[in-house]
Amino acid sequence: MTRKRRRLYILLACGIGLGSATALTLTAFSDSLVFFVSPSDIAAKGGNGRTVRLGGLVEQGSYQRGAGGATFKVTDGNNAITVRYAGILPDLFREGQGVVTLGVLQPDGSFRASEVLAKHDETYMPQEVADALKKSGHWNPNAGPPPPASTWNSLTGKGGG
Amino acid sequence: MSSSSTWSLHRFANPGQFLRLSGAVLPYLVAGALVLTAGGLGWGLFFAPADWQQGDAVRIMYVHVPAAWLASAGYTGLAVCSIMSLIWRHPLADLAAAEISPVGAGFTALCLATGSLWGKPMWGAWWVWDARLTSVLVLFFLYIGHVALVRAFDDPTRGYRAGAILALVGAVNLPIIKFSVDWWNTLHQPASISLTGAPTMAHDMLWPLLISAIGYTLCFAAIVVARTRAAVMERRIRGLLMAKAAADGGA
Repeated sequence: MTRKRRRLYILLACGIGLGSATALTLTAFSDSLVFFVSPSDIAAKGGNGRTVRLGGLVEQGSYQRGAGGATFKVTDGNNAITVRYAGILPDLFREGQGVVTLGVLQPDGSFRASEVLAKHDETYMPQEVADALKKSGHWNPNAGPPPPASTWNSLTGKGGG
Repeated sequence: MSSSSTWSLHRFANPGQFLRLSGAVLPYLVAGALVLTAGGLGWGLFFAPADWQQGDAVRIMYVHVPAAWLASAGYTGLAVCSIMSLIWRHPLADLAAAEISPVGAGFTALCLATGSLWGKPMWGAWWVWDARLTSVLVLFFLYIGHVALVRAFDDPTRGYRAGAILALVGAVNLPIIKFSVDWWNTLHQPASISLTGAPTMAHDMLWPLLISAIGYTLCFAAIVVARTRAAVMERRIRGLLMAKAAADGGA
């Protein structure tokens, strides 16, 4: 029994050591582990000419399509940055949607993107629920995330599980 | 060993007991796995509503999300077997660990492939190096590494030992996978279903997802149990053959 006990303690000690080493490493590198930075991060630190990923929501009423491509503002609620992009936008792109853009901050404060990815959130909603929410005025998709899912099922009278 | 024979877990770790018990359970496991997986996937792929934004692409979720859950859950099983192998030296835990890793690798590959198929039309990219996707890719490599390492030694015991250490070191990746979407901003969406909060998913999408998740779990269990039974029997046959060879050689 003592041998098993000893092996258990060795394993526990190794686990604690490995776990804390990993936790410290991940904390130290957390700045580079993020996939994108927010407009507030860029406002605080500046772009300094590097290629970065900028993520946030497409601001309501900011999307314009011109000859030179698309222009829209990416916001995190506190700061907004104007993004210019000449390529094809993903299907999920719309105002109010989360996006992640890859590009460089220009000297004039706008962001020139070479890639725009749509970020889907954790909400899964049937078309009829979305229509009912929009029709009843509970939700404008361009303005932000929908109300909690627990309120949907009473709306349509269907799919109560 | 005499003191531990009174301990109940050892009774079930006895390969003979395992063969009897698993032989009785396996048909029900297979039947449940087939019915629930087919039912859940059929419901999700053909009858559940389309998403208002994703359209029919949301149906990939019914294949992808349970595969992702089982990829992590299977690795948890592998880690538990590895602990039992290292501390108590259970021969059955060694065999089970060696049989879990190829199945886990398969589920992880399914998760990565279906995620990629969903990512291209929805995000606009087959693959991105965000924390969630990268940590699941690492999980896949851990499974593959375990498969290779366990079978890389002439002495199987050394292979099991090395594999158990690799599996336990890799277990540090499990909380990283789970919480990657909360700790860092990622392109991958956070969890829609949690133990503490209400799901952010319509009920008629949630039910087929949960049913196929149970189905996948039974599938995983059935495959692992069947493979472990085969491994136990293979080991017995090898033992009999060696005993016979020794007897023939002695006679």
